[in-house]
Amino acid sequence: MKPSAFDYIRADSAEETVSLLARHGEEAKILAGGQSLMAMLNIRLAQPAMLVDISRCRDLDYVRVDKGQLVIGAAATQASVENRATLAAEVPLLDLVFPYISHFQIRNRGTVCGSVAHADPSAELPLCLTALQGEVVLRSKAGRRVLKADQFFQGMLVTAVKPGEIVEEVRFPLREQGARYAFQEVSMRHGDFAIAALAAAVTNDAIELTVGGVADRPQRMRWPRLAGADLDGAINDFAWGLEAQSDAHASAEYRRHLVRRLGRQLITEASA
Amino acid sequence: MNQIIVLPAEADAGPAHAAPQGHLGRAALRVEDAALLTGRGSFTDDVGVKPGTLHAAILRSPHGHAEILSIDSSMALSLAGVRAVLTGADVAAWATPFAVGVKQPMEHWPMAIERVRYVGEPVAVVMAESRYIAEDALDLIRVSYRQLAAVVDPELALAAEAPVLHPAVGSNLVNDRHFRYGEPEAAFAAAARTVSIKVHYPRNSCTPIECFAVVAEYLAGDEGYDVLSNFQGPFALHPVMARALKVPGTRLRLRAPRDSGGSFGTKQAVSTYVVLLCLASRKAGAPVKWIEDRLEHLQGSVSSTNRVTTIEAALTNDGEITALRYHQIDDCGAYLRAPEPATFYRMHGMLTGAYKVRHLAVHNQVVLTNKTPSGLVRGFGGPQVYFAIERLMQRIAVELAMDPLDVIRRNLIGADAFPYRAPAGSLYDSGNYQLSLALAVEQGGLAELKARRDQARAEGRLYGIGYAAIVEPSISNMGYITTALTPDERAKAGPKNGANTSATVAVDALGSVSVMIDSLPQGQGHRTVVGQVVADVLGLDPAAIMVNAELDTQKDGWSIAAGNYSSRFAGAVAGTVHLTALKVRAKLALIAAPMLDATPDQLVFAGGKIFARDNPERKLPFHRVAGGAHWSPASLPDGMAPGVRETVFWTPEQLQAPDQNDVINSSGAYGFVFDICAVEVDKATGKVRIDRYVTSHDAGRILNPALADGQIRGAFAQGLGAALMEEFSYGSDGSFQSGTFADYLVPTACETPEPVIVHIETLSPFTPLGAKGLGEGNNMSTPVCIANAVADAIGLADLRLPLTPSRLHALLKFDDPAPSKPRAAPALKTPQGGHALAMSGSVELPATPAQVYAVLLDPDALVKVIPGCHALEQVGPNHYRADVTIGIGLVKARYAAEIRLADLDPPHALSLGGKGVSSLGSAEGAGQIRLEASGSGTRLSYDYSAAVSGKVAAVGGRMLEGAAKIVLRQLFEQLGRQAGGTGAAPPRSWWQRLLHALGVAK
Repeated sequence: MKPSAFDYIRADSAEETVSLLARHGEEAKILAGGQSLMAMLNIRLAQPAMLVDISRCRDLDYVRVDKGQLVIGAAATQASVENRATLAAEVPLLDLVFPYISHFQIRNRGTVCGSVAHADPSAELPLCLTALQGEVVLRSKAGRRVLKADQFFQGMLVTAVKPGEIVEEVRFPLREQGARYAFQEVSMRHGDFAIAALAAAVTNDAIELTVGGVADRPQRMRWPRLAGADLDGAINDFAWGLEAQSDAHASAEYRRHLVRRLGRQLITEASA
Repeated sequence: MNQIIVLPAEADAGPAHAAPQGHLGRAALRVEDAALLTGRGSFTDDVGVKPGTLHAAILRSPHGHAEILSIDSSMALSLAGVRAVLTGADVAAWATPFAVGVKQPMEHWPMAIERVRYVGEPVAVVMAESRYIAEDALDLIRVSYRQLAAVVDPELALAAEAPVLHPAVGSNLVNDRHFRYGEPEAAFAAAARTVSIKVHYPRNSCTPIECFAVVAEYLAGDEGYDVLSNFQGPFALHPVMARALKVPGTRLRLRAPRDSGGSFGTKQAVSTYVVLLCLASRKAGAPVKWIEDRLEHLQGSVSSTNRVTTIEAALTNDGEITALRYHQIDDCGAYLRAPEPATFYRMHGMLTGAYKVRHLAVHNQVVLTNKTPSGLVRGFGGPQVYFAIERLMQRIAVELAMDPLDVIRRNLIGADAFPYRAPAGSLYDSGNYQLSLALAVEQGGLAELKARRDQARAEGRLYGIGYAAIVEPSISNMGYITTALTPDERAKAGPKNGANTSATVAVDALGSVSVMIDSLPQGQGHRTVVGQVVADVLGLDPAAIMVNAELDTQKDGWSIAAGNYSSRFAGAVAGTVHLTALKVRAKLALIAAPMLDATPDQLVFAGGKIFARDNPERKLPFHRVAGGAHWSPASLPDGMAPGVRETVFWTPEQLQAPDQNDVINSSGAYGFVFDICAVEVDKATGKVRIDRYVTSHDAGRILNPALADGQIRGAFAQGLGAALMEEFSYGSDGSFQSGTFADYLVPTACETPEPVIVHIETLSPFTPLGAKGLGEGNNMSTPVCIANAVADAIGLADLRLPLTPSRLHALLKFDDPAPSKPRAAPALKTPQGGHALAMSGSVELPATPAQVYAVLLDPDALVKVIPGCHALEQVGPNHYRADVTIGIGLVKARYAAEIRLADLDPPHALSLGGKGVSSLGSAEGAGQIRLEASGSGTRLSYDYSAAVSGKVAAVGGRMLEGAAKIVLRQLFEQLGRQAGGTGAAPPRSWWQRLLHALGVAK
């Protein structure tokens, strides 16, 4: 379990990073926290010719509030967001979700942008970004473009990132006035890949449910303030629409069941 | 919380039972820990190697069952830094097949020769200047396989039409024995009623932190082989290895380093790799080092057997069992690797468990399937047997409407019955099962748990309580395996029996004491306990005792029974150390007696001094007496040999070979475990929450209570894993699906509650210190105890481990209400049992059927349609060879693929199939495509199946369905573009429709 040979360059700035990406094209991959990439390298599932290490780019290591959003740079670790004293007031959903993301040792290393860029269908941060309709800033030598979460995530491990681009930052909208959130995840063990992860957001006039771990990417659904059988029916249709997959740990039927049961439970919780 | 009750040993017990007072029985701190916690461990990978040592990497089969047509290593050999490649042909030339425990013409070699029979089976070994280069070279070896049908289900493997793994055997049934003890037929005929249950025990393991490690050197000039490895024994496998290498035992020098990072039985299977790496060294002409990685360990090292058992009890109306009948099918994987079929026979003498049943019928069938060979895993044989007996006990309670605890109580062996000879031969040495049970009930708070159950049920929650009563064997009889042979076959082979144990105690010229043991500890703390034992006998401080647990077959006293298995340490090894220390003390007493004007039997060894009991003022320092044997041997009493070094070999005399009637005392000592488990099953998620776990042990004398409880906690965690999450999962095609710790799930501290531990001690009359093993009990009791609790909670009989939330959800039979609007058939459906993926559906393409069909027949267009296809070379009509890179996110796999079109019916239908091999494993897909005119375009319907095996299947199971979807999406997207003729982006509406049809977009 040794990686195949690759070149390693430690970039010192975002500018240098996009220059390196421009020069080396698709063969260069970004190394930030390495919590997904290193395992894939060692198993040789990924064999990039070059790694560009951005973990020491100071200009990418930031977490700040700007224009009504919590803005997180590509080198910022998950722990640096999790441990933010004001997080519960700023983005309450993130505050609920962090304890479910693997283990604290991994959050100490793993980056928020790295998890978003990896686009694992079971990962919690892409789910949060989708639930809150956050933004992803992609930067290349040519400039920047800003995508909404549902434009960014395109499928299992597949995103809108083009060769030469880096996920420079992600932006989570700050708490909407009056919105209430609830989150739950079912996994085999604490910190495992989610069999199903659900976030509910309830405002005065709408209910939103976002589900991870079931479809090939997080999926969000918005309804007016339905209740009773109408809500059950709507959640059931949503659950079917996710086209749940079966794997060694959970059947598609079980995943649908979790969406229905936990979805209803979380909406009730967030409505209370 | 723990309470220890020491029952007095039998009055007529031997003098060895004069219990040493002092250090033994105390929770002494582990002497091993300072080095381990400060990075000074000495594991195989830490020990330096000779300059010029090469690093090995092993190419493993991606197929569950296939013929090897050819192996081309030339590209690998031309890679800089690669020195040699070992293949089956070399192995066949230099070695012989391993000895097999049954009489069958079945060849088991250390690597595949001509045929692979499980995913992960070694096919070639690369020796290179670094492991990195060696792994690079693996990707350059071209192996051509012809796939064969695989069988992974032991019952299906017995069917007449099943693919046969070993043609020379002619069947997958390699051993089939019937046994009867007492009068089972009469007991069943006379039974008031019978209860039976069929159970399945899954494949699992106990996974060590440190995987296998071997450094092997072939010594030129027929000097043999020198090996350093973390092989754990039993050393009965040393002759097996030496014979496979065709050398005398003395020419296979096997050494073990000081530390080993866990084993739990698994490192028995290092023996296969010792032979393989010896041959690799011979091929390379240099020492070779191999450190197994986690993927190799999970897929290709060893596992427990999975077993199908039908068990039936003959009963009186009040729940007394008069007879038991077993039919057991044990799945040993692709080869019967020594010491199999030991999983059956370790437990054979005690198949009546903790119960006073006198009539027993057994039908044992050993079956081979396309899975990793089975072998020692902590609890060896016990989890399978007790999963059957104790599930049966719970079913008896349900069917007779009795309290399960009353069924257990009614049948337990009486406290006055010991030593108790079980019908199949086990001689249970001591115990008071009623007292163990009563203490568990009292200290575990059963009354409170029952009240919680009442309350939970009143609230509509699923709460259950389970029990398990098990007898825990330790100190294996080396002859039990021969129970697999018929009495006639045994008579020809000669008797095998005993549990030979050796220890050496030496005192040097300065009076320092050293002890050599044969137990190959793997983290348990043997050196700590041995220090306690010897310190007590010689009146010294344990810190003064140097214990060396390394082993070197060329220098040390060892026996075929040496090693770290069958919980032999407390009963056999510590006991033999005790006997050896007594021998040293006796010699020193003979030397000291005249110097103290006393007789040897008057002497006391205490506080580093020797003195006569009635004259404690007159003392001799221990070191002075011992030193005399070195410095002035001429002054020793007449006839006494100089020096102080004693070696004792001990075997329990109760361990005889199986007799004419297959009666076998399979182990030397028998402890008792009684467990209570209370669980709640969450109705919403199907998750099992352990509310409380109580485990009551009687393992005779407890040598070090802290280490004993550590063993119980560890075994409990592994038992919990087996119950709730651990399973080696295989697809029906033999693909292996549990290649990482994200796939094979082991409980962590977060999932493992602290059990309530209760002890009593009824001393064994058969071991020198009265101690028995206790490290495996919870591996045997906990899986079934949790299952019984879940059965009580949900009221169902057929429970398969592991009890995952998804499985419980299926058992609880929740509604899966249909959506409000009917949906098209899902694009993907996964058939039962594996990664044979099936996909069907249809898409609309913006071209006529004739245009679409033309694309499929045109190689220049086809190359653009097949996702990731770089080059397409026609090798026959509608038959192509292609270079295809499948990429999903960061994952990239480059396949050498073959693509065929068949069943051409233009422009209506054809079959399109492909198969390929990459360094990540093999992939195969085939399906029907049908085209119909639909408006101005074409409706393309497809019906596909695909199979993925090898590394991708082992580590990427979670992603496979999604990956298949992506590949199909790419295929049809390109087909539409090519048929549309422009290659330009298709109209948005069509694009949206396509994605929606494939289920990848809204």
